[in-house]
Amino acid sequence: MFDQFLLICLFFLALSILAALYRVIKGPSTPDRVMALDNIGVNLIAGVACLSILLRTHAFLDIILLIGILSFVGTIAFARFIERGVVIERKRVH
Amino acid sequence: MVFLLLFMIFLPFIFAILTPFLYKLFAPRVHTGWFVAIVPLSVFVLLLQYIPVISNGQTIYQSVPWIPSLGVNITAYLDGLSLIFGLLISGVGFLVVLYSIYYMSKEREALHNFYVYMLLFMGAMFGLVFSDNILVLYVFWELTSISSFLLIAYWYQRKNSRYGAQKSMLITIFGGLAMLSGLIMLSMMSDSYNIREILSEVHVVTESPLFLPAMILLLLGAFTKSAQFPFSIWLPDAMEAPTPISAYLHSATMVKAGIYLVARFTAVFGGSSEWFWIVSGVGLITLVYGSINAVNQKDLKALLAYSTISQLGLIMSLLGLGSASLYFGNGDESTVYAMAIIASMFHLINHSTFKGSLFMVIGIIDHETGTRDIRKLGGLMSLMPISFTLTIIGSFAMAGLPPFNGFLSKEMFFTSILTAVEQPVFGMKMFGLFVPIIAWIASVFTFIYCMILVFKTFTGKHQPEKIDKVAKEAPIGMLIPPAILAILVIGIFFFPNVVGKNFLQPALMAILPIHSEGVGLTIKAWHGWNTELFMTIGVVLFGSIMYIFLKRWTVLYHFFPKTLTLNHLYNQSLEGTEMMSYKVTNKYMTGKMRDYLVYIFGFMIVILGGALWLSDGITFLGSNQAGVSIYEGVLLGAMVISGFAVLLSKSRLTAIIALGALGYLVSLFFVIFRAPDLALTQLVVETVTSALFLLCFYHLPKLRKEVSRIQFKLTNAVISIGVGTVVTLLALAVNNHRLFASISNFFEQSYTLAGAKNIVNAILVDFRGFDTMLEILVLCIAGLGVYTLIKLQLAGRDRKE
Repeated sequence: MFDQFLLICLFFLALSILAALYRVIKGPSTPDRVMALDNIGVNLIAGVACLSILLRTHAFLDIILLIGILSFVGTIAFARFIERGVVIERKRVH
Repeated sequence: MVFLLLFMIFLPFIFAILTPFLYKLFAPRVHTGWFVAIVPLSVFVLLLQYIPVISNGQTIYQSVPWIPSLGVNITAYLDGLSLIFGLLISGVGFLVVLYSIYYMSKEREALHNFYVYMLLFMGAMFGLVFSDNILVLYVFWELTSISSFLLIAYWYQRKNSRYGAQKSMLITIFGGLAMLSGLIMLSMMSDSYNIREILSEVHVVTESPLFLPAMILLLLGAFTKSAQFPFSIWLPDAMEAPTPISAYLHSATMVKAGIYLVARFTAVFGGSSEWFWIVSGVGLITLVYGSINAVNQKDLKALLAYSTISQLGLIMSLLGLGSASLYFGNGDESTVYAMAIIASMFHLINHSTFKGSLFMVIGIIDHETGTRDIRKLGGLMSLMPISFTLTIIGSFAMAGLPPFNGFLSKEMFFTSILTAVEQPVFGMKMFGLFVPIIAWIASVFTFIYCMILVFKTFTGKHQPEKIDKVAKEAPIGMLIPPAILAILVIGIFFFPNVVGKNFLQPALMAILPIHSEGVGLTIKAWHGWNTELFMTIGVVLFGSIMYIFLKRWTVLYHFFPKTLTLNHLYNQSLEGTEMMSYKVTNKYMTGKMRDYLVYIFGFMIVILGGALWLSDGITFLGSNQAGVSIYEGVLLGAMVISGFAVLLSKSRLTAIIALGALGYLVSLFFVIFRAPDLALTQLVVETVTSALFLLCFYHLPKLRKEVSRIQFKLTNAVISIGVGTVVTLLALAVNNHRLFASISNFFEQSYTLAGAKNIVNAILVDFRGFDTMLEILVLCIAGLGVYTLIKLQLAGRDRKE
């Protein structure tokens, strides 16, 4: 029963990833795509969590954390790139 | 006396080391040649002491281990044959060194180079004729090739010298390598490296299937070295060497190394019809070819070169004829054929004497007039009387006239040829009649060029305006060496049996062991009115007539097409092979990575696929397959889609993203297959690589930012599908052929053995920590590499300066 419920969750997560992917491909502007990618990251986190409950293991909880960090760093990097043109700025020489 | 002979072989090498120091110390006060002359003289004196021993039928054997585990020893084996050669090398060597002291200027020439090369050659030649071990023999054989190469190109500033040196190098080394394989075959057949032991195993060798290949390869070596047809072309070009070298190497010693080899191995291969026909046939062809070509030469040295070729052919054909003696075993026929061997050895000695002296005289003419061109010379008789006398002695000996030694050996040559007709062997009946005719024609041409050599140079009108120097007689020191040889030429005619008893009989015993007693032979200058004498008279008459009408018929030479000459063929083939390899290399070395990958993958398909197919390895669906769950199916579908997206995407950005997606899907695979560590790493690495790809994409030059699909190419499609199929098949086949249980059970004890609950990490840092260390190293190197690539822009920095 609980497994069925988890599978349904996974299905809807997959659906929302697909919807976000549509935005990634279609999205008229870059910020749209970045937001969609961020969204996919969150959905992936949820998916891995559901999967590890399904597989009855806690070995994948690290991956959840990792995806969270990567998705955050990636979004920040893109944001900086959009805002300033570079990701890592050089120190200004006074 | 122990090992004295061996020491003598190495004396020239020791002296070759000392020579540059002597040169530095004494040049230009004392001519370096004076020191060098000690070497051949001492060897000559030593060898003279052995003559009584050898002529009694004894032999001397000295051996020092070199590579004992392989049975390679440095040996000195002295019998009649090697004694003749040893004396020739040391005797002519001494005279040539003496001559070179006056010929080579001590102020202008690099004498240390000259004498070092010459001593190297001398030592190599001693080693060659005294070696009993075939591998050591080969070592010295190649050393003669190399030192000859150095000597031909002694004046390396000249283009012709370099060309001649390269040509002789290519041809003789080619023959040398063929000979090496022949020698190895011989040692395989007889299971020994020593010639004497091989001789005791002759019956094994004769019955072996390798007999014929070994013979042909060995003969290739001998023919290239001794300038036999068609390998004779290097010898005329080797005339670019200084004249002492031409006299020494290219008339008296090195070109006879092939003769020595044939003589040495006659006892092994002789007695078979192949050996008989190849050796005597090639010899006769060379004889005719050399003599006909010699007539047409304008350069005196080239004339002598062709005459050397022709005379070497004569000696070779005699050796071939004589080998029939082994076929008959003991008996009268055998003795009659053995005469040919004696004749060949006799002519070998005679040829060395008169040809050495002729070369030296030509050198004198060149030295004193500044030219060797027949068309510019003439009327030197009264200006250079001694040189004229020496030339007459040498030339008439070469033409085979009495009272010179060439007459005797020429008569013996005719005798042997006629014997071969009277007592035919190996199907001689068919061609037997041609052989004396060919020999006779060659003798006529020999006579003609000998007359050209004498009369075109010394008689006629003197043309001082055509030559650079004022012609005068050479200094006495330069005349002594050829004079000594000329005295020998006459001396041998009057006392031939001294040579016969002391040298020819022991040599015959060495070449044909069946005649261990020797054949009671006396060489007579006058042997009655017989066919041989009439042949000689015919040669003189006919030759004189042809010489008188020389201008009438030499035009015939112009009709011979230039494209058919051997030199032309050699040049063409050299150019052709160069062009062809250039073309072939250019054809497949395109410089395009794509083509090389095509080759690599193509080979992979052919070899892996072929091996799979031939070994019946293509099997699927064994009992080892696990079931497929729905997650795996869905993931696989997603991966296939993203894979195709990479291939078919229009822009590169999409391809990068699809590649990233593929990477993340792989990490999901790791999740499903319960490999959390792998999944973690895969995620991080995929992120970083995607970011790097994006970086590369962003920095593409604007001009080249193509937004186009990958072009479809059929080869690529076929190859990629092929590789995919082969690898898939291989993976499936591997899964079906598990031969052993896996060793993972051992690693399940990681907690008890290593105190770690995480097996993967325990393997990485404990069980197999070495791999991890090296992978860390790989990452370090990659990091440093990237850093240096970015920071160290040497090319750009140079451009700024």
